[in-house]
Amino acid sequence: MSAEGQEKLWETKKYDDVRIYTDEEIWNYTDEDVANYKCKHDIPLLEQLEEGPWPSFVSDIKQEAVHRHKLAEQAPDKLLIPADVCDDLLGQVELSYVEKETHWKHGGIVGVFGYGGGVIGRYSDQQEKFPGIAHFHTLRVNQPASKFYKTDYLRALCDIWEYRGSGLTNMHGSTGDTVLLGTFTEQLEPMFFDLTHDLGVDLGGSGSNLRTPSCCVGKARCEFACYDTQDICYELTMYYQDELHRPAFPYKFKFKFDGCPNCCVASIARSDMSYIGTWKDDIRIDQEAVRAYVAGELKPNAGAFGNRDWGKFDIQKEVIDLCPAKCMEWDGKELKINNKECVRCMHCINVMPRALRIGTDTGCSILFGAKAPILEGAQMSTLVIPFIRVEKPYDEIKAIIERVWDWWMEEGKNRERVGELIQRKGIQEFLKVVGVPAIPQHAKEPRSNPYIFWSEGEVPGGWQRDIKEFRKRHPR
Amino acid sequence: MSLGKYGYYDPSDPLKDRITDIGPPHYEQFFPPVIKRNYGKWLYHEILEPGLLVHVSETGEKAYTVRVGGARLMSVQHIREICDIADKYCDGYVRWTTRNCIEFITDSEDKARALMKDLESRKFPKGSYKFPVGGTGCGITNIVHTQGWIHCHTPATDASGIVKSVHDALFEHFKNMDLPAKLRISLACCLNMCGAVHCSDIAILGVHRKPPMIDDEVLSKICEIPLVVAACPLGAIRPAKTEDGKKTVRVNQERCMFCGNCYTMCAAMPLADSEGDGVAILAGGKISNRKSAPKFSKVIVPYIPNEPPRWPKVVETIKHIVEVYAKDARKYERLGEWAERIGWEKFFEKTGIPFTEKSLDDYRLAYDTYRTTTHFKYTEHVWQLAKALEEAE
Ligand code: HEM
Ligand code: HEM
Ligand code: HEM
Ligand code: HEM
Ligand code: SF4
Ligand code: SF4
Ligand code: SF4
Ligand code: SF4
Repeated sequence: MSAEGQEKLWETKKYDDVRIYTDEEIWNYTDEDVANYKCKHDIPLLEQLEEGPWPSFVSDIKQEAVHRHKLAEQAPDKLLIPADVCDDLLGQVELSYVEKETHWKHGGIVGVFGYGGGVIGRYSDQQEKFPGIAHFHTLRVNQPASKFYKTDYLRALCDIWEYRGSGLTNMHGSTGDTVLLGTFTEQLEPMFFDLTHDLGVDLGGSGSNLRTPSCCVGKARCEFACYDTQDICYELTMYYQDELHRPAFPYKFKFKFDGCPNCCVASIARSDMSYIGTWKDDIRIDQEAVRAYVAGELKPNAGAFGNRDWGKFDIQKEVIDLCPAKCMEWDGKELKINNKECVRCMHCINVMPRALRIGTDTGCSILFGAKAPILEGAQMSTLVIPFIRVEKPYDEIKAIIERVWDWWMEEGKNRERVGELIQRKGIQEFLKVVGVPAIPQHAKEPRSNPYIFWSEGEVPGGWQRDIKEFRKRHPR
Repeated sequence: MSLGKYGYYDPSDPLKDRITDIGPPHYEQFFPPVIKRNYGKWLYHEILEPGLLVHVSETGEKAYTVRVGGARLMSVQHIREICDIADKYCDGYVRWTTRNCIEFITDSEDKARALMKDLESRKFPKGSYKFPVGGTGCGITNIVHTQGWIHCHTPATDASGIVKSVHDALFEHFKNMDLPAKLRISLACCLNMCGAVHCSDIAILGVHRKPPMIDDEVLSKICEIPLVVAACPLGAIRPAKTEDGKKTVRVNQERCMFCGNCYTMCAAMPLADSEGDGVAILAGGKISNRKSAPKFSKVIVPYIPNEPPRWPKVVETIKHIVEVYAKDARKYERLGEWAERIGWEKFFEKTGIPFTEKSLDDYRLAYDTYRTTTHFKYTEHVWQLAKALEEAE
């Protein structure tokens, strides 16, 4: 079957085109049923988590349990995995609450044909007690950029996941995927077919491959976006489908796209290659609006301080003095920014969004190497490319990506993230791979130890010397 | 829809009609009309009240966003309810944020306000809110977290249960914008840190404290010994043979730092233990480049035992840190910026959290965190040290 047009199915498709359940089957219970629900297993500890104001995942799982039991009576052929999957999950988690140890087995190599990722295999180690979750595999489904959804799509997803899975999800996983939590092995392929055929969505990444890229809300609803985060996220996800589905890397590799240095998707802490929007020209100033902030007509930081009384807004104390570059001046009438000194930290813009705007000559900085502590300790991404244009079709960026991947696949050890390889090989080598010269921006400060590795070619005459000649000049 | 056990899939011919490599659905078809019309044209935004934002476009149009918190673990029934709400107020569109909040977007303030009222009225039968509105500005938004005992094989603690308990205790800071700056809390249930919590204002981290056990019976059958040996960052694992000649490995327990890497590589080396496992609390990290550079979170409390279902000690410690910070920090100061300004010794003094040697680094590059200046502040810690010196004589 051709995949042409699958990416825009939902421009015309409606939930009713693909729905499995009737409204009566979906809303087949009352709040009272949920309140009185007696889980198949005793769960007194978990039930304590139904109290308190924060939404209770226990109450929610119970609601799904009630719903599935009723569905099993109403339309038994409309559930392909056990009706009491939710009961068994609660039962096993309760057991963990008592024993303070997990009851999930290690790993399990399951997946869909031809892909090396997208499914996390999971088996219970208490299968006799909790047969409904004997298998509880997870599917990572590639989320639409910035996680906007049409309800038609979501409802269709809910139907197939109720039908072929546990009906439980994570909205969303840490990397960004829509996570479908828990099904049996035999339903993995049918799920994959339903997802690709009916929903026009593919699995995300897991394992030693490109993980599902993700981006901030950016131009869709943020005035700070310096480039089109959704477009490049989508474009690179599509361009590197092979790398995403078929693991060929030493370890995982993540792209994340932040539209500005506020870093809403935490690219600097969480991605091997972080794209952070920035600009080259001047911060745009509306002096009128600055005066309105000073006069107290506009609320600082877009109202983020709510009703707490911090006293009158003081532009000197709250903006000028907090500017890390100390490049701003306020003479009581006019705000001046010495843009040559500005490090584009966003503080002043965040405080006075109606008065200050990012520049118009925009692009992004590219940093490499962030990762959580395993193995060599946590790392943040290191600035490598201070400014690059982010323009379709992103050829320059793709070329950089591929140079880095080639090097990493050649040199990287098993389970070595690119940030660790940079440490092991030295940033100098990495800069050569990327094809850029070393500049002061690459370091917080120049090194303080003088243990410099010169290569032979850099030293006139090379390293091959004659000790006899030396001794002629310097007798023993 | 494809019905029946296998649906569209034909097990006898797995390649038939298989579609692959189509990626995610294109995002544009999911944009609410007001977003589509004003894409890239936004001028500024304002938080009208906790949980309600307005974004104003250069076209003059406004987009009102209502932000809602919640568990990221959600059932399809919960999602369907979200869909019903989105259909009623937002023409059938809804989005999620990076921190797993739900956002409803509409172009009418009246609709947004009606929607907020509706959302606040929806509760689970035992009384918790289904859709609490808030999580904006200088407050505490959704705690991002990982799987824990719900789905993972390596956790040293649960995720959903602690997060729910901490959220309950800090609910007022979700509903109000009453802190000096944003405060971001994250949880990861083991050192793998799927949630990458290492740059959060407050991080809750599951930690093991016992070296792996070794299942000699099966190790050589299910694990590749050289890979297991190589997996240990401290070189604590060596190949070995059991008395009856089975190939296996041994761990130098003195050297082990309980990272769990060996277990990631080899199912025959489990670490989990009800007495060994628990939670460390880290603080002072940040992601944003605003004002100061992004920072790692620092280990404040090395260990708190697991106390399901509500982890009272973890909750109390975090609530306490938040309250001390809220009172003492200056406007715009993130938790880590505050601690750096007053000095970490003052952080420990003001919070009353005992400082232990476990907060001193002894891993690689540890020296980077030692103090190599005579600048310090006098806190009780100094007098304790002086006293200990005297006693040592
Ligand atoms: C050495 C490091 C890591 C290892 C060995 C590891 C291992 C795992 C495992 C075993 C799971 C399955 C949990 C389940 O049963 O659902 C998982 C889930 C996941 N991991 Fe990791 N992980 C690592 C680091 C990370 C990091 C740094 C991130 C993100 C920045 C991440 C993102 C995820 C995501 C998104 C999931 C899906 C479930 C969730 O959202 O919690 N992982 N990881
Ligand atoms: C951080 C490293 C080092 C420092 C700070 C250092 C410092 C010094 C200083 C201050 C002197 C006295 C010079 C004088 O008064 O004439 C000296 C002498 C000397 N250093 Fe080093 N040195 C270092 C490394 C080394 C190394 C690595 C070697 C040899 C492998 C070395 C070999 C010598 C010798 C042989 C002398 C004696 C020279 C003499 O007596 O005339 N030094 N060093
Ligand atoms: C690898 C790095 C270093 C090298 C190769 C080095 C080498 C030297 C040499 C050759 C001298 C001159 C000795 C003389 O002829 O009087 C000297 C003096 C000195 N160095 Fe270093 N040094 C190094 C690092 C340091 C560091 C890191 C410190 C302190 C933090 C330091 C502190 C001193 C002091 C205090 C003197 C004596 C200055 C004086 O007598 O007025 N050195 N060093
Ligand atoms: C008879 C042959 C082999 C057997 C029985 C075998 C078995 C295994 C097992 C049990 C694991 C651990 C899976 C887990 O983490 O749960 C593993 C991992 C691995 N094997 Fe093999 N293996 C074989 C051959 C190979 C070969 C020929 C290669 C490479 C040339 C290879 C490369 C790897 C790698 C890279 C991993 C680690 C995957 C990861 O990072 O999670 N294996 N293998
Ligand atoms: S990272 Fe910047 S551009 Fe992106 S959503 Fe956050 S503030 Fe806006
Ligand atoms: S963006 Fe940051 S560095 Fe630049 S002027 Fe504003 S506060 Fe100063
Ligand atoms: S943080 Fe660790 S325990 Fe938690 S889900 Fe990730 S791998 Fe599993
Ligand atoms: S837990 Fe970590 S340090 Fe300990 S043996 Fe395993 S890999 Fe090595």
